[in-house]
Amino acid sequence: MGKIWRVSGPLVVAEGMRGSKVYEVVQVGDEGLIGEVIGLDGDQAVIQTHEETQGLKIGENVTPTGRILTVDLGPGLIGSIYDGLQKSLLTLIENSGHFIKRGATSEALSPSAKWDFQPVLKVGDRVQGGDIIGVVPETELVAHKIMVPPDMGGVITELNKGAYTIEDMICRLENNGDKTDLTLMQKWPVRKPRPYRSRRDPTDLLVTGMRIIDYMFPLSLGGKAGIPGGFGTGKTVTLQQLARYAQTHLNIYVGCGERGNEMADVLYSFQDLTDPLTGRPLKEKEIFIANTSNMPVVAREVSIFVGITIGEYFRDMGYDVLLVADSTSRWAEAMRELGGRLEEMPGEEGFPAYMGSRLSAFYERAGRVETVGSPDRVGSLTAMGAVSPPGADFSEPVTQTTLRIIEALYSLDVSLANKRHFPAISWLSSYSLYVGSTKEWWDKIDTAWEDTRNSAMRILQKEAELEEIVRLVGPEAMPEADKLLLLSAKMLREDFLMQNAYHHIDTYCAPKRAHLMMKTMMRFYELSQGMMESGMTVAEIRQSPMITKISRMKDIENDVFEDKVKELWAEMESGLVAR
Amino acid sequence: MTTEPLYVKEAKSISKAKGSLLFVESVPDIRFGEIVDVRLANGEVKLGQAIDISKETSVIQVFGGVSEVDLIGCKVRFKGETLRLPVSKDLLGRIFNGRAEPMDGAPPIVPEDYLDVNGEPINPASRIPPAEFIESGLSCIDGLNALVRGQKLPIFSGSGLPHNRIVAQIMRQATVKGTDEQFAIVFAAIGVSYDDASFFMKNLEQTGSLDRTVAFINTASDPVIERISTPRLALTAAEYLAWEHDMHVLVIITDMTNYCEALRELSAMKEEIPSRRGYPGYMYTDLAMIYERAGRIKGKEGSVTIMPILTMPDDDITHPIPDLTGYITEGQVVLSRALDRKGIYPPIDVFLSLSRMMKEGIGPGKTREDHNNVFMQSYAVYAEGVYLREISTIVGADALTDRDRQYLAAADRFENEFISQGENEKRTVEETLGISWDIFASLPEEELKLISQEFIKKYLPKKD
Repeated sequence: MGKIWRVSGPLVVAEGMRGSKVYEVVQVGDEGLIGEVIGLDGDQAVIQTHEETQGLKIGENVTPTGRILTVDLGPGLIGSIYDGLQKSLLTLIENSGHFIKRGATSEALSPSAKWDFQPVLKVGDRVQGGDIIGVVPETELVAHKIMVPPDMGGVITELNKGAYTIEDMICRLENNGDKTDLTLMQKWPVRKPRPYRSRRDPTDLLVTGMRIIDYMFPLSLGGKAGIPGGFGTGKTVTLQQLARYAQTHLNIYVGCGERGNEMADVLYSFQDLTDPLTGRPLKEKEIFIANTSNMPVVAREVSIFVGITIGEYFRDMGYDVLLVADSTSRWAEAMRELGGRLEEMPGEEGFPAYMGSRLSAFYERAGRVETVGSPDRVGSLTAMGAVSPPGADFSEPVTQTTLRIIEALYSLDVSLANKRHFPAISWLSSYSLYVGSTKEWWDKIDTAWEDTRNSAMRILQKEAELEEIVRLVGPEAMPEADKLLLLSAKMLREDFLMQNAYHHIDTYCAPKRAHLMMKTMMRFYELSQGMMESGMTVAEIRQSPMITKISRMKDIENDVFEDKVKELWAEMESGLVAR
Repeated sequence: MTTEPLYVKEAKSISKAKGSLLFVESVPDIRFGEIVDVRLANGEVKLGQAIDISKETSVIQVFGGVSEVDLIGCKVRFKGETLRLPVSKDLLGRIFNGRAEPMDGAPPIVPEDYLDVNGEPINPASRIPPAEFIESGLSCIDGLNALVRGQKLPIFSGSGLPHNRIVAQIMRQATVKGTDEQFAIVFAAIGVSYDDASFFMKNLEQTGSLDRTVAFINTASDPVIERISTPRLALTAAEYLAWEHDMHVLVIITDMTNYCEALRELSAMKEEIPSRRGYPGYMYTDLAMIYERAGRIKGKEGSVTIMPILTMPDDDITHPIPDLTGYITEGQVVLSRALDRKGIYPPIDVFLSLSRMMKEGIGPGKTREDHNNVFMQSYAVYAEGVYLREISTIVGADALTDRDRQYLAAADRFENEFISQGENEKRTVEETLGISWDIFASLPEEELKLISQEFIKKYLPKKD
């Protein structure tokens, strides 16, 4: 047992710690605050404390626990709200009230809840790490598969069936005379990636229901994406939309160092929201981690790793998982703060030199994989991180480091947000390297997707170039062809790219619907080009009632959408005729 | 903790004094963050806090600076507890300094409790999303950037702009819609001039609201270190009134720029590695610890709403102070020098201002059914008008169409009738919406694309 030697903010130095390991969990002080050893020097250990250190005394005890920081994985995870150290926040209210007292503890998974365990194997079967031994129907949307922990194996000598808690033995394995008891729960170290058999290419589209993402800059299952944006650019709303409507089996929302009221809004709104495809409550497929900006800084780092470890666990069951982290900048700042206290040599803008490798270690845990164990299955974990660049200046270190790691960038633009164009994802500076790999997916809807998308992108690019000239000479002085392009670009911007998160229909747009909308707008452009070539002016074309009708496409109910669009097309073909 | 007697430990020697820091030889059982008394040779006692402790040397930050401290005759006594604010309902009507000592000549309050000034984080799962509309009586805020109970909405201003007058007007007028219930006001002045502090105090006095106010005042001539404790004392008082006495508290803090400057000064003194423009890397977290104390809590009647004022150095919204603040607060009200030069009061920049909690606080049952539609349409009309104004300065007004000229006129009316209002004029939200509708009436009806037909029928003034 060691003694506190120095306290400086979240950093504690203890003496008498010979024999402890780096990243070992220690209990600091009489209240048993959770800390991790991050450095050793002789018999002194440098400890980062995950709770407020105010009031700690020199000479108080520091107790090594011999284990490293782990995540509890098992039934009860879904629908939970955790802090950065996987303490259940709801249980914490019962234990210590509405304010978070330091040293307060709460179980991640309820030790008393009983789960219905249905085995799929039988006594005598030989199993190895990752094999599915049974299923717990945790919610209507997610069947929780109980797997042999990756580092275990043997022959099943006992297998139970029925209602058990996470602590009860459900299965006994024997391996060369060694007996191991399995429960519904397993533990896994937060900083260690869970193993998989092999990586797969990310070829399937992750349907988000946001047109600018799905259609223009698609994201793959197992992909990694970054969303940088200054304040007020709708970063949080965009991420919440993704966590709500992404067509995955399970979503994890990590609120890392962000606003408490906003987190409350997320938690409240998810109570009532339903999944657009199944109609089931969304909380049946969501896990929340909330470490708000006023909660201890050091736990921010862990919160992201807790989230991704839970994500990998469900990936290993063969599910598609989306992890949304808001925001990775706060995480990087936590590293900077601690680095400063440790008097480490700083890199750019005071961030530690290892920030890049930590960030890439996080994003690299995303991916589409063939999991270990039988039956053979493929799961994916998609990681999306928000970045909050100071002063909306994308040249800052966290944004630049993130850009080197991610494959898809959704860049939020302050000027779009000021024009109240939401989602404020800039079509000029965003990109996705998954356009090629998701083509096969889109081909199943329409092989014309890639061409249509590229033509739309060209129109938007051209518009940006023309905007400069318009500012100088005024819109009326432009040539007719350019006026028509501007008209179409405006239509694409306002009626396709803009999407109202608060409108009950527009909030989620299926890919097929998005494609029909886009085709209609491109058809309008084609037909009106014909009209223009026959000598009609753009002023005349602008009078067409079709423009308003196209803009109302957003409001058409999903079940009648295709019929209504067919009618719209018939009207266009007969109404938009060349002279 | 309280069972230990006070003044048990005294440091034997002070090895170094620098800025507001003292480096002393440690005594056994010293606590991180504990309060110390620094007794000077002449008998004067200064308050300090242990900010870095180790078995050998501890660093003490002295409130009030280290002037006249000498390394031999000076005694440092450790009190064994962290900084606490004595609280009771009698706080209301009182004025304190940045050390929580009365400044109004009256005796100290009889405390019911002593609270740690750093507070404890609210469990995110205990929060209720803020949704009760606060009627400030200002069209620009109520109509376009609605404030709700439990929100933190800063005012981003610049030197010389009338932010104090605007905030004083909100302090006088703010009520929760539908009730006459007024807010308890906690006022924190950080490093402001005597004139600014006295402007607010006089204002409260004249309107008879002093008895529902607690003030903590640290003027520019007071010790820098107390700029760090002033907002914490104020918020501790606010939390006490809100959570223990079910009051709705509006916290006004001016000027947060001085707070951040103080933070930088002390960080430099501690020789910490600076981040952007010399501000410490933990400034985001530090500000969050202050602002995040706003909110609503399940099962509690009261609320804490925070309205900090900050002046943007060089009117630069990307400067670290407004920038980090914007990442923490739920929106911002930005003042515009251009509007101020035109003589418009309050000069609120509609395009840069934003209230993130607005959509929760408006609509049927809260303000009026058409509020959201009117908000979006007003914004669009003004934006279009301002855009055309810009175009017309380049190509000339003659190159504009009739429709464009109608928009130009609408934008002018918007500035002169909607944004502009008297300093003692309290508009109800219905009056505010009415002004928008009057302006809409000057445009062709088909231009009102963002308003549903139902509301147009019901609210659009009929043309004769």
